[in-house]
Amino acid sequence: MAYIFQQILNALQLGSIYALIALGYTMVYGILTMINFAHGDLFMVGAFFCFLIAVYLKLSFVPTLLLSVLGVACLGVVIERLAYKPLRNAPRVSAIITALGVGLFLENFTLALSPYPKHIPALIADKTWLIGSVSISSLQIIIIALSLSLMLVLDFIVQRTKAGMAMRAISWDKTVVPLMGVPVNKIISLTFAIGTGLGGAAGMMYGLAYPVIDPYMGIMVGWKAFISAVVGGIGNIRGAMIGGFILGSVEIMVAAFLPSTYRDFVAFTLLLILLIFRPYGILGKPNPQKV
Amino acid sequence: MPLLEIRNLTHRFEGLCAVSDFNFTLASNELVGIIGPNGAGKTTVFNLITGVYRATEGSIYFTGNELVGRTPHQITKLGIARTFQNIRLFKELTVLDNVRIARYGQAIYSPMEALLHIGRYNAEEKRITDHAMELLSIFKLDDAANERSKNLPYGLQRKLEIARALATDPQLLLLDEPAAGMNPNEIKQLMEFIGWIRKTFQVTIILIEHQMRLVMGICERLMVLDFGATIAEGLPAQIQNNVKVMEAYLGKELVK
Amino acid sequence: MPKLKAVYQTLLNKWYAVIAHRFFWPFFLIAGLLFSIAASSFDLIDLYVQLILIYVGINIILTISLNLINGYMGEFSIGHAGFMAIGAYIASLLTVNIFPPSAINFLFPVAVLAGGLGAALIGLLVAVPSFKTRGDYLAIVTLAFGMIVKSGIENIEAIGGPRGFLGMEKLTTLPWVFFWTVLSVWVIRNLVYSNFGRGVLSIREDEIASDLMSVNTRQVKVIVFVVSSFFAGIAGGLFAHALQYINPRMFDILKSTDILIMVYLGGIASIAGSIIGAVIYTILLEVLRPLGIWRMVFMPLMLVLLMIYRPRGIMGLREARLFVPLRDLLAVKFWKQKKKEADDAPA
Repeated sequence: MAYIFQQILNALQLGSIYALIALGYTMVYGILTMINFAHGDLFMVGAFFCFLIAVYLKLSFVPTLLLSVLGVACLGVVIERLAYKPLRNAPRVSAIITALGVGLFLENFTLALSPYPKHIPALIADKTWLIGSVSISSLQIIIIALSLSLMLVLDFIVQRTKAGMAMRAISWDKTVVPLMGVPVNKIISLTFAIGTGLGGAAGMMYGLAYPVIDPYMGIMVGWKAFISAVVGGIGNIRGAMIGGFILGSVEIMVAAFLPSTYRDFVAFTLLLILLIFRPYGILGKPNPQKV
Repeated sequence: MPLLEIRNLTHRFEGLCAVSDFNFTLASNELVGIIGPNGAGKTTVFNLITGVYRATEGSIYFTGNELVGRTPHQITKLGIARTFQNIRLFKELTVLDNVRIARYGQAIYSPMEALLHIGRYNAEEKRITDHAMELLSIFKLDDAANERSKNLPYGLQRKLEIARALATDPQLLLLDEPAAGMNPNEIKQLMEFIGWIRKTFQVTIILIEHQMRLVMGICERLMVLDFGATIAEGLPAQIQNNVKVMEAYLGKELVK
Repeated sequence: MPKLKAVYQTLLNKWYAVIAHRFFWPFFLIAGLLFSIAASSFDLIDLYVQLILIYVGINIILTISLNLINGYMGEFSIGHAGFMAIGAYIASLLTVNIFPPSAINFLFPVAVLAGGLGAALIGLLVAVPSFKTRGDYLAIVTLAFGMIVKSGIENIEAIGGPRGFLGMEKLTTLPWVFFWTVLSVWVIRNLVYSNFGRGVLSIREDEIASDLMSVNTRQVKVIVFVVSSFFAGIAGGLFAHALQYINPRMFDILKSTDILIMVYLGGIASIAGSIIGAVIYTILLEVLRPLGIWRMVFMPLMLVLLMIYRPRGIMGLREARLFVPLRDLLAVKFWKQKKKEADDAPA
């Protein structure tokens, strides 16, 4: 029993990181119907920013988090302006390939500057509590609590604020909404800033939980988060959260009962099966083609 | 036996009834119009006949074959072809290829023969190309055969779409708002053109339009749809004086 | 300036006359085969250059086969390296574990062919989801497929798992690469200029309209996926026996991205484009080797700029005359001539 609780806790930790990254994919998809394949690499950049700030500026946890998130958010907006904006009316495929290219660029650029894996110093005093025989670390609590509160804030922004309403409007209709005086470019920049910022926060937390970071760390985690977004129904914010937790649980359970090398295999097989039977995800809606 | 027989056709989109209890019989060589205000379910009827949507209820018989449950290309091969409200040509492809694609169902050679360019490939390709060119020359489009279809002027694009539909050797041709975007003079020419097609290719035609002028002029019989329901049917002259039709088009208050 | 243009025009016309000659292709093929045999048996060219030429050939096969799905059919597959992996492993297992070493030279084409067929069989399975899903979702299906192949191989200890598989002899020689490259170009060219090929193009342009114009879109998709994965498998077999060592990480998403870059660099829906893309990319990677890791920074940057300024690639949607069958190139002309003769006949 205790073992199961321990695994649930682990699943929550991994799931909340996936969910945070998945939100970035889903927000960008919602507003631009474009899969930002560079998002996983922005997550990696978040971890590296955290490393740089913690090591060279020697700041504590909260300012490091704020600066990393800000840095990644700015990078996200710059990438959107330079690489994606010129392609807004181009075929969708061009945008996807550009995103793949941007991702590769970020990976290799980081690799060129930092050829060896880096180690993030512990920013949080490591304490462990025992409840029964279930152990909870301070880091786990912070990761889960912070992710959940970020998600609640995001949900509030999207559902209750004017900017959030504009985001939902643009994702609903791309031709008429700009005519209604909604500043489309600003809203898209804001979406990128929030989405990539969340990815950056996830990068930092992942880096704290698994302290050795390298330029390719974003690839697999990024794809996993992307699966989460698809499982939940891409474009759907609450779906992304649910998808993240589902995938986190599945992976932890697979690792608990099978050799850990089966993890990716199971995750992607799950995705494939889901796509065949419910291509629009758990919360997504089918999009009938108009004739 | 009627050419086309539709019984109790009903289609719902998420609770919204796009077509309800549509009944329709069509004899060979008729020219029938389906009219109705925007959103009346006219195009949905075409989509149901051609298999783009699968009917929620009801049945469609064409020359004795049940169409519900068949895929669009199977239905096209049985002899039904259509055009689209907003032109849907294969834009980046040449005029010739647009027509040759519509001969897909008529070509008889296997994938292996295609991969190696052996066997029936040569003779069949020649047959397809000749047929397509013949058709294009009938429509006076043969000089533009090598143009990309997106480069044709609007009027010729409409013409090419009809030529492409006829390339599938249809018995029944469905025209979806062929007069869209045309001025009265062009509409007059179109009326003659449709009559000519009917004679030349011996096809039965169903025409969707919400411009009364066109349908009154050439259709022998009319169906009027409003909110998915059939509100009137009969000769053009009868429809013209039908109170329900006027209500549908102008609103109840104005008619009173 | 006008004079230069005239010279260019005459040269172009001369070139067209050369390629229209009925001995052009036989001559090219025999010359190419003889050259590649001579080059590999008498060391006419440097071994390093030979290896690059082998990679160029393999990359042409990969590019042209992926172009069939991504360029001609307009879908987006990111799992091409998965098919390549299947071909590579099947062919390697056959030459190392199954075939007798004495006859290995003769059985090598059989092994490569078996790799291609194995990949084609899996391609058949991937075609099934493409019936209903398209666009982004189909891209994800192919992506997931590629990942499953990679992590599947990593979990099979019998073929080396994550450590990889070795023991292959260096059987991939220049003549074999030449043969398979020409075969793949020829077969895919044939497919494109056929009834099914026009079906493929119509799916890219408008799938619903294509279905309504009697194109059996499922049949077309199956053909495209089977042919494309077949040649990816062939390329995998050649790759494994050129490198003499394979591991699952060689066939990950980065490899698929490489192939994508070649497709979109050379140009979508173009055979000439596929060849140009594969040649430029392979050679550029070698030329820039001294830059080390910065070369891998430069490449994706190039891809992004390409997408912004020339999203369809160098030859996008255009074809060199060289690859268009005369029947299609001159279809209108032939028909008009015939018609004129028919009109003149009674008079």
